[in-house]
Amino acid sequence: MADVFSLYRVFAIGRKEFLQLKRDKITLAMIIGLPIVLLTLFGYAINTDPKNLNSAVLSRDNTEFTRSVITGLKNSGYFKIEKEITTDKEGKELLQSGKMQFVITIPDNFSRNLIRGDKPSILIEIDATDPVTIAGAASSLQGIIKSIIIRDLKGPVAHLRGELPAFDIEVQKLYNPEGLTHYNIVPGLIALILMITCIIMTALALTKERERGNMENLLSMPVQPIEVMMGKISPYIIIGYIQSIIILLMAKFLFHVPVLGSVALLMLLTLIFIICNLALGFAISTAAKNQTQALQMSMMTMIPSILLSGFAFPFYGMPLWAQGVGGCLPMTYFIRITRGIILKGNSFIEVWPHVWPLLIFMLVVTTFTVRIYKRTLD
Amino acid sequence: MNKTELAIDVKNLSKKFGNKVVVNHIDVQVPKGQIIGFLGPNGSGKTTTIRMICGLLTPTTGAGTCMGMDIRTKADEIRKKVGYMTQKFSFWEDLSIRENLEFVARVFGMDNIKERVDNALKNLGLAQRQEQLAGTLSGGWKQRLALAACILHEPEILLLDEPTAGVDPKARREFWDELRNLSEKGITILVSTHYMDEAERCHSIIYIAYGDIMVKGTVQEVIDSTKLVTYSISGDDIMGVMDKIKGNPEIVTMAPYGDQLRISGSDKYKLEHLLNKSTKDKITQAEPSLEDAFIFYMTKSAKEEENG
Ligand SMILES: Nc1ncnc2c1ncn2[C@@H]1O[C@H](COP(=O)(O)OP(=O)(O)OP(=O)(O)O)[C@@H](O)[C@H]1O
Ligand SMILES: [Mg+2]
Repeated sequence: MADVFSLYRVFAIGRKEFLQLKRDKITLAMIIGLPIVLLTLFGYAINTDPKNLNSAVLSRDNTEFTRSVITGLKNSGYFKIEKEITTDKEGKELLQSGKMQFVITIPDNFSRNLIRGDKPSILIEIDATDPVTIAGAASSLQGIIKSIIIRDLKGPVAHLRGELPAFDIEVQKLYNPEGLTHYNIVPGLIALILMITCIIMTALALTKERERGNMENLLSMPVQPIEVMMGKISPYIIIGYIQSIIILLMAKFLFHVPVLGSVALLMLLTLIFIICNLALGFAISTAAKNQTQALQMSMMTMIPSILLSGFAFPFYGMPLWAQGVGGCLPMTYFIRITRGIILKGNSFIEVWPHVWPLLIFMLVVTTFTVRIYKRTLD
Repeated sequence: MNKTELAIDVKNLSKKFGNKVVVNHIDVQVPKGQIIGFLGPNGSGKTTTIRMICGLLTPTTGAGTCMGMDIRTKADEIRKKVGYMTQKFSFWEDLSIRENLEFVARVFGMDNIKERVDNALKNLGLAQRQEQLAGTLSGGWKQRLALAACILHEPEILLLDEPTAGVDPKARREFWDELRNLSEKGITILVSTHYMDEAERCHSIIYIAYGDIMVKGTVQEVIDSTKLVTYSISGDDIMGVMDKIKGNPEIVTMAPYGDQLRISGSDKYKLEHLLNKSTKDKITQAEPSLEDAFIFYMTKSAKEEENG
C-alpha cells in the first residue's frame, strides 16, 4: 500500500513533460504571446447597459416623500432594492463584499430640510470596480431622483420646483473612482489568459500521448492516475505564473493599474486558480478520444467562462440561470478575487467567500478525473 | 511440470471487441527462464493476448497469473515485474535516447540512475547517440532503444511484440544473443515474431490463428504435428512444373528455392503420384521446414474459418 502514491514518480513525469515543453517552440511562443496580445486587444472594452443592479437603501428619514423616491428608483428598472439597511457600517460591508453595487443614503430630516429650502443631499455610494456594469445606472440616477421629487413637490411646497435644484446628490465612486474600463478588464484578463492557456495545455496532455502512440507505454508503467495528473500539470504551474507576472507588469506599466492589495496574496490565490484549470484541462484530456475532441471540449468550457463569469457581461446583470451556470465556473470566483485584491485592496478574509468554491472545484474535478482515468486500452 | 515454475499461466483467455472474437479461449503457459515464440498470421490476436497478460486489456473471459500474481487484480504489481515492448514504437520522440531511458528508470524508482543508463547505453551500442532525439532515429535504432528501455528495470518477464521488425540481420542476431543471455539469467521471455529463424531459436513456440491456438511445442514437435511430406525437385524447368501443378488440392506449400522446387503435401502417395506425372526431373524426399508447417496451419485455419 505504501506504493499507492510516490512523489518521486510525479517528479519523473513532471520532468519529462518539462523537457518536451522546452522543445515545443510554438507552444512557448503562445505562452508568452497570448497575454501580450489579449491584454492589448481587450484593453478597450465594450460597453453594456445592465438593469436590476443590486442596491441597498439606508433611509434615515421615513416619510412619504422618501418612500416615493425609493419606489421611483425601483421603477426605473436600473435598481433592484434588495435591502433596506440601518447603519453606515452595513452599507460599507455590502459594497466591500460586492453584494451590492449601490448604497443610497437618505439623511436625517431630508424631507423637512427640503421643504425648508436647505438643499439636503442624498449620498450615493457606488462600487465602481466594474464601471461597465454601473455606467448606465449611475448616469441615470440623478435624473430619476430629480424627476420623482419634482413630481411630488406639490401643494404648499410647489414653489420649490422653480428653484431647482432643491437638493444635492452626492455621488461617491468607490474603488475605481475614475471608472476606467481597463482597470476593471485587467484583473479579468489575468483570469481569462490563465484559463485559456491552462485548459488548452493540459487538454492536449493525454490525447497527445494517445495520438503519438505513447499511451500504451505509459499505461504499462507502474504509475498511478493521480501521479500522471500531478506530473503532467506541474510544469504548467510555472508557465501560469510566468503569464501572471507578464500581465501584472503590463498592467502596471502600460495601463497604470495600481495593485491596492497584497501581491503575495494574489499570487497565492492565482496558484489555486491555475491548478483548477489545469485539473479541468486534464479531465478533458482523460475524457476525450483525440485532439480534436479535446479542443472542442475545451471550447465548451471556455466560452461559458468568458460569457458568464462576469468577464464579458456584468454578473448581476445576467438572468438567474446564467448566474447559476456562472456560479459553477472557477473563473467567476477568480475574477472577483483579482478585482477585489487589485482594485479594492481586499484582504484574505474578504476574498475567502470566493476562494473556497475554487478549492471545492479543484477537489471535485480531481476526484472525477482519477475516477474516469482508464488504466487499460479497452 | 511444477506449477510454481510457470512465469505466465493463463487459462481460457478470450477477448471480444464488440461482437468480434479476437482471442478465443486460449491457454498460455510459459515456464520460468524460457523463451517462447508467439507466432501467427497478421490479425491473429498476438498483440491482444500480450496486452491481456500485462494488464493493458481486460480479458472478456479467463484468468491467470503472471509471476504468480493475478492478471485481473494485481496489474499494478505485474507492471513492475514486466518489461513490455510494444509493437509500434511508443517512446517519446521529442526526448533524447538518454532522456527516455532516464524517464523509465525514474518511473520504476531505480537508484543509481546515471550509472544504469550509462550501462544500458553501452550494452546496446547507443552511447554515441545518447543525445539524439528518439524521433530522428532509424527504425532499427528505435527498436534497440525500446529494448534497452524495457529491460532497464530488470524485469522478470519480457513481453516483446515483434521486437525485431525492420532490424537488420546482424542487429537481429545480436538482439537474439542478448535475449538468450537474459534467459540464461532466469528471465522469462514471450516474443512474437514473423521470422522463422527467430522461431527456431525459441525453446518452444505457440502458433495462433484467428484467435485460436493451433499448435504449441518445440520446433520439431510443431513440424511433426503437421505430418507433411516434402519433396524437392531440381531441374531446368521448375517454373514450368510449378505452373502445371499449381492449385492442385494435394499441394499444401510449394516454393522455388534457387534451382530447386520444394513441394509439401499431406498425402504421401497422392503427392508422389502427382509429381511423377508432372515431371521427368529428379525428385527427392526432403524434411519439411517450420515455414512449411506454418503455411500448412495458416491454410488449415483459413479453411476452417471459411467453413465456420
Ligand atoms: N481496440 C480494438 N478494437 C477492435 N478491434 C481490435 C482492437 N484491437 C485489435 N483489434 C482486432 O483484433 C484482431 C487481432 O489484432 P492483434 O493486433 O492482436 O493481431 P496481431 O496478431 O498482433 O497481428 P499483427 O501480426 O499484424 O501484429 C485484429 O483483427 C484487429 O483488427
Ligand atoms: Mg501485433
